[in-house]
Amino acid sequence: MSYIGKPKISHPKATKNSIGLTKRDYEGVVSTLCAGCGHDSVTAAIIQAVFELDIKPHTLGKMSGIGCSSKTPAYFVSQSHGFNSVHGRMPSVTTGANAANRDLTYIGVSGDGDSLSIGMGQFAHVIRRNLNMTYIIENNGVYGLTKGQYSASADIGSKAKKGPANQQKPIDPVSMGIALGATFVARGFSGDKEQLVPLIKAAIRHKGFGLLDIISPCVTFNDNKESTKSYSHVRKFYHQVIDTDFVPPAEEIKAKYKKGEAMPIHLHDGSKIVFRRVDKQYDPTDRAGAYAYLRESIKKQEVTTGLLYIDKECDDMHEIAQTSDCPLSKIPYDELAPGSEELANIMNRFR
Amino acid sequence: MKPTNIEDPNYFHKVVDCQWACPAHTDVPRYIRMIAQGRFTDAYMVNRESNIFPGILGRVCDRPCEPACRRNRVEDKSVAICRLKRVAADHRDDITDRLPKIPTKKNGFKIALIGAGCASLAVANDLLPLGYDITIFEALNTTGGLMRTNIPQFRLPPETLDEEIQYILDMGVDLKLNHRINSFNEFLDKQEFDAVFVGTGAPKGKELDLPGRFESNNVHIGIEWLESVAFEHVESIGKKVLIIGVGNTAMDCCRSSLRIGAKEVKVMARKPRGFFKASEWELEDAEEENIEIIVNHSPKAFVVEGHKLVGMLFEEMEYQIDDKGNIDRGKVIREKIIYCDDVILAIGQDNAFPWIERDIGIDFDKWDCPVVDETTMMSSRKGIFFGGDAAFGPKNIIWGVAHGHEAAISIHKYCSKEDLNHRLPPGMNLASQKMGMHEWSFSNDYDESERRLMPHVDLKERFKQLNIEVELGFTLEQTVTEVERCLNCDIQTVFTANLCIECDACIDICPVDCLTITDNDDEDKLRSKLTMPAENTKQDLYVSEALPQTAKVMIKDEDLCVHCSLCAERCPTGAWDMQKSTILLPYAKDELISNVVSKNSNN
Repeated sequence: MSYIGKPKISHPKATKNSIGLTKRDYEGVVSTLCAGCGHDSVTAAIIQAVFELDIKPHTLGKMSGIGCSSKTPAYFVSQSHGFNSVHGRMPSVTTGANAANRDLTYIGVSGDGDSLSIGMGQFAHVIRRNLNMTYIIENNGVYGLTKGQYSASADIGSKAKKGPANQQKPIDPVSMGIALGATFVARGFSGDKEQLVPLIKAAIRHKGFGLLDIISPCVTFNDNKESTKSYSHVRKFYHQVIDTDFVPPAEEIKAKYKKGEAMPIHLHDGSKIVFRRVDKQYDPTDRAGAYAYLRESIKKQEVTTGLLYIDKECDDMHEIAQTSDCPLSKIPYDELAPGSEELANIMNRFR
Repeated sequence: MKPTNIEDPNYFHKVVDCQWACPAHTDVPRYIRMIAQGRFTDAYMVNRESNIFPGILGRVCDRPCEPACRRNRVEDKSVAICRLKRVAADHRDDITDRLPKIPTKKNGFKIALIGAGCASLAVANDLLPLGYDITIFEALNTTGGLMRTNIPQFRLPPETLDEEIQYILDMGVDLKLNHRINSFNEFLDKQEFDAVFVGTGAPKGKELDLPGRFESNNVHIGIEWLESVAFEHVESIGKKVLIIGVGNTAMDCCRSSLRIGAKEVKVMARKPRGFFKASEWELEDAEEENIEIIVNHSPKAFVVEGHKLVGMLFEEMEYQIDDKGNIDRGKVIREKIIYCDDVILAIGQDNAFPWIERDIGIDFDKWDCPVVDETTMMSSRKGIFFGGDAAFGPKNIIWGVAHGHEAAISIHKYCSKEDLNHRLPPGMNLASQKMGMHEWSFSNDYDESERRLMPHVDLKERFKQLNIEVELGFTLEQTVTEVERCLNCDIQTVFTANLCIECDACIDICPVDCLTITDNDDEDKLRSKLTMPAENTKQDLYVSEALPQTAKVMIKDEDLCVHCSLCAERCPTGAWDMQKSTILLPYAKDELISNVVSKNSNN
């Protein structure tokens, strides 16, 4: 960590978004993570994404559990809501927050430990609910905060800085997400912001559960040569199947694509995701195909990235439960709590 | 682009904007850090090494460093570099024991310096420690040249001038005052000297030959009038005074007038604001004294009634300024008389060499200025050197000093029969400033304080006498704040490509978005595709070797870097490091002369 804060001075020509804020206005406190941590780069990508989406800081809810990853909400958008919850319990806390106020934009930041070990049950069920949130897994294959033990996402044969190679089978959050029916599944890399920022923007604008598995190297415990989650290994085996461009509602699709190459998908808010197939066979709306592709690519040891699967038709939690359009938090108390007499009436209906 | 060659001393020198802009290349950040540490005497000596007159220049320098200061680009006001120089001068201890020792055994070469102004004094300063015999010929009865005759005492106290000139005279100058040289030919014919340096300034004020100019005694030429005021030959002026011209001399004339009897002083400018020649701070100081600056008035005639000047006729002008800021010739909209008792002409000055015969081998150009080599300062006649305003027309004190240093090197080489163009190149040292995990040897945090304002003597008080110095100098509190505003641009961000793992930590933390990792390209394309476009083409891009993992390059736009060290602090591999660049500028004493420098052994 640094002793000084990031100087308040910024580039004199720093651009402002449509609500008059610069990127610097979306920053948080200076990171206390190790210098060079992939998580800091993810933080920077989140800042870039919410800045470009013109999100009002006070309409953002930053949710997290425990771990290096879960510290990061402190490092972006200081003037937003935040909840640093219990280990692995971020999904249910976010469910509660979303149930009470569906108008906020929720970004949950979790890690491979927080989601794939202690929080596995919650992770599966938040997918089932199709909760409208962006769920980021900062995936580095080790428990960094407890000094580098292998996590559930460590590959067989991968070696961290100290100790023997990992022997247990890894859990792949992306395959699992698709298997469980997640409606937006993507993988990115902290070292490739060009791809990551549009992915985060698309995940935020996707109505429903947006899962983003981001390979984010642990520079202290797992960035050595024999590790499969190091900067150099990921770069070597990087395979982008699809190029994703996010186009906000008011804008036209500007980039020119060759016929048959581009594939726009319109989101609920009028924005568009434009895919450009890098891998000609890949179709991100084909769930079975996506799953099969992933299994094959794992065999080839590829780090498959891009927006791997999207289903924009599925209802989210509020639609399934047919809740009020007005957030519960904004309904006057008298309406929200009709009193003990009315409650007794309701109860009597079920006797 | 090719990887930047940081071994070229000029690369990092350019990053130190203030030092690069200073004609004498004063190591500004270094002396500011010394002031911050309370090392005033050390700070004074760092200044003296390059600019010789820290006390004088700390008051009246033209400050090319300040417009260049990076702080202007990241916010809007530069560091008060000049004022801090004065702080060093004001608070220093006795420095006489730190001055170079003068050899008792001379080398036998005799050098004549003509004029006792800043350029000649700089030559003397550099050559006396090498054993030269120096004789200065001065026409007036005192030293300092235009520093004394043209800069009013309320800006530059004579004590300051005397003290710093005396340091040099005490090195053993043979000073010949009241020695005007009327014929250079006769002077040279005597063959008393091995080399001659001409530092006679640009002593002739420009004339404005309009109708009525010579019909009264109330029209004065600015620099001549200032000299008369300095020597107390002129002790009063009329109540209403017009100054023609709006350069720094005009500012000195208007403020001097107020101190010897004028009540209403108007500075008449031909063009609008923004096209004035005077420095911004000199304009501010004059306006603080209620000087009125009247724009768009072009002088047409002096109005004289019976040998008495009563006013001046002006043409009121209207100008068009285009998008690029260019002004047209203007058109006259009406004529107008402004009444006054005296007019002072401050529209520029010229070189004047009536004492140099044109047939003695010194070539003169079409403007009647001597042809002088810009590197060696030698004229077309071997052994005759020029410097200061005498060389290339009116500049300023700091240029005079810079010329003096160069001329001293040339004279030294000339006497040793070495090639004058074979000069030592500048050198550079780079040294890491890392002291601990995240500790640096310098104050790296960005200080948001605004520029401190120089305290002035009360407006009523200051006009009582001509020699009350208006500027009081920074207080301790002001100094403490101002030194922290310096961005330490000499502490460079140095990048080692093969250590980089491309984690983006430096790019993400940079407060002014000056870093980018991207595919290499030509400069124009690179400038447009950086994190923030690098629009200031006067500032270089620092381009790395290809990075090991992706073969992309790290690019730093030097323009706005605040040298906060965060890139180096956030770097996990030490690919970025903060290293102090010390620019080593050669002076006469550094030239290794192959021949033993002694006239006798040479013969």
